[in-house]
Amino acid sequence: MATTSSMFMYSLTIQPPTSVTQAILGQFAGTKEQQIVTASGSRLTIHRPDPTQGKVSTILSQDVFGIIRTLAAFRLAGSNKDFIIIGSDSGRITIIEYLPAQNRFNRLHLETFGKSGIRRVIPGQYLAVDPKGRACLIASAEKNKLVYVLNRNAQAELTISSPLEAHKPQTLVFALVGLDVGYENPIFAVLEVDYTECDQDPTGQAFEEVEKSLVYYELDLGLNHVVRKWSDPVDRTASMLLQVPGGTDGPSGVLVCGLDNVTYRHSNQDAFRVPIPRRRGVTENPERKRCITAGVMHRMRGAFFFLLQSEDGDLFKVTIDMIEDDSGQPTGEVKKLKIKYFDTVPIASNLCILKSGFLFVASETGNHHFYQFEKLGDDDNEAEYDSDSFPADPTEPYTPVYFHPRPSENVNLVESIDSMNPQLDCKVANLTDEDAPQIYSICGSGARSSFRTLKHGLEVNDIVDSELPSVPAAVWTTKITRNDEFDAYIVLSFDNGTLVLSIGETVEEVTDTGFLSSASTLAVQQLGEDALIQVHPKGIRHIRADRRVNEWPVPQHRSIVAATTNERQVAVALSSGEIVYFEMDSDGSLAEYDEKREMSGTVTCLSLGEVPEGRVRSQFLAVGCDDSTVRILSLDPDSTLENKSVQALTSAPSALSIMAMPDSTSGGSTLYLHIGLYSGVYLRTVLDEITGELSDTRTRFLGPKPAKLFRVSVKGEPAVLALSSRSWLGYSDPQTKNFMLTPLSYVPLEWGSNFSSEQCTEGMVGIQGQNLRIFSIEKLGSNLLQESIPLTYTPRKFVRHPEHPLFYTVESENNTLSIATKEQLLNDKTVVNGDGVRLPPDEFGYPRAQGHWASCIHVVDPVTAKATLQQIDLTDNEAATTMAAVSFASQSDETFLVVGTGKDVTVSPRSSSAGFIYIYRFLEDGKELEFIHKTKTEQPPSALLAFQGRLVAGIGTELRIYDLGLKQLLRKCQAQVVPNLIVGLQTQGSRIIVSDVQESIIYVVYKQQENRLIPFVDDVVARWTTCTTMVDYETVAGGDKFGNLWLLRCPQKASEEADEDGSGAHLVHERQYLQGAPNRLALMCHFFPQDIPTSMQKTQLVAGGRDVLVWTGLQGTLGILVPFVSREDVDFFQTLEQHLRGEEAPLAGRDHLIYRSYYVPVKGMIDGDLCERYSLLANDKKQMIAGELDRSVREIERKISDMRTRVAY
Amino acid sequence: MADKLRTQQQLEQLQARYVGTGHADTTKFEWASNIHRDSLASYIGHPPLLAYMSLGMGEPKEKVRAMFLERMIQPVGKPPAVED
Repeated sequence: MATTSSMFMYSLTIQPPTSVTQAILGQFAGTKEQQIVTASGSRLTIHRPDPTQGKVSTILSQDVFGIIRTLAAFRLAGSNKDFIIIGSDSGRITIIEYLPAQNRFNRLHLETFGKSGIRRVIPGQYLAVDPKGRACLIASAEKNKLVYVLNRNAQAELTISSPLEAHKPQTLVFALVGLDVGYENPIFAVLEVDYTECDQDPTGQAFEEVEKSLVYYELDLGLNHVVRKWSDPVDRTASMLLQVPGGTDGPSGVLVCGLDNVTYRHSNQDAFRVPIPRRRGVTENPERKRCITAGVMHRMRGAFFFLLQSEDGDLFKVTIDMIEDDSGQPTGEVKKLKIKYFDTVPIASNLCILKSGFLFVASETGNHHFYQFEKLGDDDNEAEYDSDSFPADPTEPYTPVYFHPRPSENVNLVESIDSMNPQLDCKVANLTDEDAPQIYSICGSGARSSFRTLKHGLEVNDIVDSELPSVPAAVWTTKITRNDEFDAYIVLSFDNGTLVLSIGETVEEVTDTGFLSSASTLAVQQLGEDALIQVHPKGIRHIRADRRVNEWPVPQHRSIVAATTNERQVAVALSSGEIVYFEMDSDGSLAEYDEKREMSGTVTCLSLGEVPEGRVRSQFLAVGCDDSTVRILSLDPDSTLENKSVQALTSAPSALSIMAMPDSTSGGSTLYLHIGLYSGVYLRTVLDEITGELSDTRTRFLGPKPAKLFRVSVKGEPAVLALSSRSWLGYSDPQTKNFMLTPLSYVPLEWGSNFSSEQCTEGMVGIQGQNLRIFSIEKLGSNLLQESIPLTYTPRKFVRHPEHPLFYTVESENNTLSIATKEQLLNDKTVVNGDGVRLPPDEFGYPRAQGHWASCIHVVDPVTAKATLQQIDLTDNEAATTMAAVSFASQSDETFLVVGTGKDVTVSPRSSSAGFIYIYRFLEDGKELEFIHKTKTEQPPSALLAFQGRLVAGIGTELRIYDLGLKQLLRKCQAQVVPNLIVGLQTQGSRIIVSDVQESIIYVVYKQQENRLIPFVDDVVARWTTCTTMVDYETVAGGDKFGNLWLLRCPQKASEEADEDGSGAHLVHERQYLQGAPNRLALMCHFFPQDIPTSMQKTQLVAGGRDVLVWTGLQGTLGILVPFVSREDVDFFQTLEQHLRGEEAPLAGRDHLIYRSYYVPVKGMIDGDLCERYSLLANDKKQMIAGELDRSVREIERKISDMRTRVAY
Repeated sequence: MADKLRTQQQLEQLQARYVGTGHADTTKFEWASNIHRDSLASYIGHPPLLAYMSLGMGEPKEKVRAMFLERMIQPVGKPPAVED
């Protein structure tokens, strides 16, 4: 097989795609609460909207390793749980349920109906269910429709029938919806076009007269077959159907949404039609017709309404009036259809209305929004239009209706969920001089586009920040009795004293607590039922509930250097190296053990674990000595302070913590010893609960300062706060239970402790310099923090300033009025008052106009100002396409910003009236741009690059080298190197890598001597390249429009020949191979990650990590490719992957290997996302795979986690 | 002869089941229409590809989807006149 390669990469997703293909609503957990299930790329995610807090949180996200195209929720009659049907590219229908107890998806049915892949006639494009959950229809774009009957058996399990065919050849399906017919035979409404006639008629008349029809397919449950029951022509432009409630709730039927109109249709009712109101305003074209792009029906207490969204994002409320009988009851016969403007929200791919009064807008681009309904637009002054005034016949003319868009009145934004979709370009750079680089990316479209900074870290919620009289050394919190819910005291230790603060409504100093205030403190602990312990250098102070104090003094000439406590035990280390151990008696007093133990070196730190439930003591004491060892001592009464095990370290330990944490390997909780070293390294070792053996050590570097460790609690789970030059939190991932170590996005702390009060039940208290800080960590789900700077138009490309931490973006927006035209219209004297209202474009979008472009260049400062500094608008219908920062040798190496633009650009078919290259000079350290001159080109430049002190530009099919002149650019050299259009340029030395929009990559060499550009290698496969980067001098990594990632390498010989000295005569005269370049590129690696790669970069992501290839996808994916170093690792992961393919078969029924080989067989690539699912397997499966691989489960998990943590997050 | 008939039947069955299966007399128009329809169905079916194109055109996805479906009705223009 061609899957072997001399080069292997490990593909990992750092951030899954955030675009939502579809969102559905249902009671998936079987409770009254509604959840939202979204499909993004190959990921199925279940979200829980919290109505009390107005927040949406992710419960579970799973990669199904298949392209999810449609989702539908359904419920069997009498059940209270919704199931999910997935229409994917697997050629199979999948029905799954969500199991809340195990927090996983469970597949119930998987029925094959056709070939895999996304094809014209394989169902999966459309999916509709009967509202009563009795049947579903899955259809393809053309011809095929399959009906499955859903039922339950005697055991109340869901059953699925064999498919019933409802095919109609040469028929295109535009929309599909299940009709609400109560308990009559299920009916599906389909919007169809039959093109048979068009294909036969050479006059074109049939095409002109082709009809779109609304067809009802009825499933006869008695006869078990499907009939085409009713068909009627509808508006030719119709493209969407919405279900109208039937039975007792409404008239049944559908809403047919077409261009500029919405029509109510049903087989036994008249048609009713309303127009879609158009926006009124000076910048709006009154002739522009809108169509509906999204809609939702909501029913409540017998009533129902629709919210339809037009392409501008305006929501319209549509209601249906029914004829009432004598007693005032609706008869089920429609009287009229009404429409009115509701509010404006971002353009949605799906709208979901929750019963709790929220609206979830799965935005097509940019952040998803979660709104709360304030009212339903029932009694406002918005004009309402009804069907009485408009003809029902779609061909009859009518007067259009208008409305004035206004700020939202009915819905109120409560949460904006970060989404990087679409992500157009990305750069990894370290601009803030932190130890790890940041990710800078441009994403979004239109007025909702943004420049985002991503940082690895956890979001911290700062609660208190107060300055103290002097610099404290340490801080603890303590309860007074064991049964207290909240902490009562904050104890601060200073160099020469101790300060006790009481926690209440206010935090104030207290003096009558029994704590010794004249000495510093080493440990504070609530002991037994109601006593307190203070360990200070000269003794242990035991404060009983009645304020009696028992003091254990340190033997003469010694002091306590380290102490550790838990609720029943105390251990201290003396300056002499002795360890003294105490345990609480039954009467609550501390008893000293006779056994003492002298350590060989000075003790630097100690740790006792928590007392396990139902036990009287923690079994082990960990002792760290300055001879770079950690010893585990037994605390068993029979073998007190006897050695159990030893671990040698690379440096002296500075902190220890024995802690039980949830663990994915055992599935339960495992005892760990966390070790912090003076060198700033953090280690985590498994501590055997019986033998005290230490095993499976994992290491991470925290920072150059000695590490300190503190036991804290986050989201009810134990976590470890690790402090070095940065603050880190070690916790178990809420979903996978894998151990994560993530820096806090917070000031570096010197000491920390748990904190719990009425106001903040789960917080932490820390010391930073002279300040006391109280903070909490709310979200453990995402470890990438985002900051966003709004941009004006859809960003296309961006570059970094060569020295300063600044970025420059080019943005352009198609079919949009430019600022100049807009201003001209707005300032027109004839404007009627009120029409000139300016609405914020980020909510309402820009005024649109066919063929117009709006475009600008921005200077972005993401570090200090966190804003855009300068905006340069382009005029004359020009649109910026690309840019580069180029230093020109002829201008004594001064760097200029070069921007390529196109005039009157049409995207498809590609055309333009001219192109320009603008030159800007950097002023004030790059904060401002000064226009120098522009050069006209026959086509818009589509790629620019600095090359040997000059500019190389891709203009159409031509590659040109320009030098900077006084009045314009001077053309120095040109060559036609690609067949279609140059979309990307990369360079090293005198080699230029040119990517073509359609024909992969061509290597070109520039021969200085002859001033010639000579292509010498090209590719055998037509790759529709989107992005490329040079991995080394011979190798290029890139991505294409169909969502592939690949690495190509130039043959060694060809590469050397190209660089031979002298003229390029031998290259020019070399014989062409099959009408291409003389040589061909070799494919090294190939992979299908599903998302379209938009940028690629070879860089490192963590401090001290190896170089990886970071790629970003259009849908917001962030991924990395990690090169393998050893062949053994490759073999190991290949076998693991193979086992996982069998044991953990993808949820939607797509074969994993075939999925990753979607267009080209996967080569030289291991799917890390699949490997990481190992930790989620059931224990017996893990054991089985581990057995096959001849390794332990822990070893395998460690290998998998190392692959990620060594190079990324 | 029976063999030939069977082959013929099998081919017809294939053509009925798999749209676009060619035959000896496939015209350029039929072939091109089929290819274009396949491509357009693929653009609609792959969510990232549809998003990519809608972004390029500056139109909402739903509009682009409807546009592509409309184009599938007659993707390569009028069929050529049949010569007798």
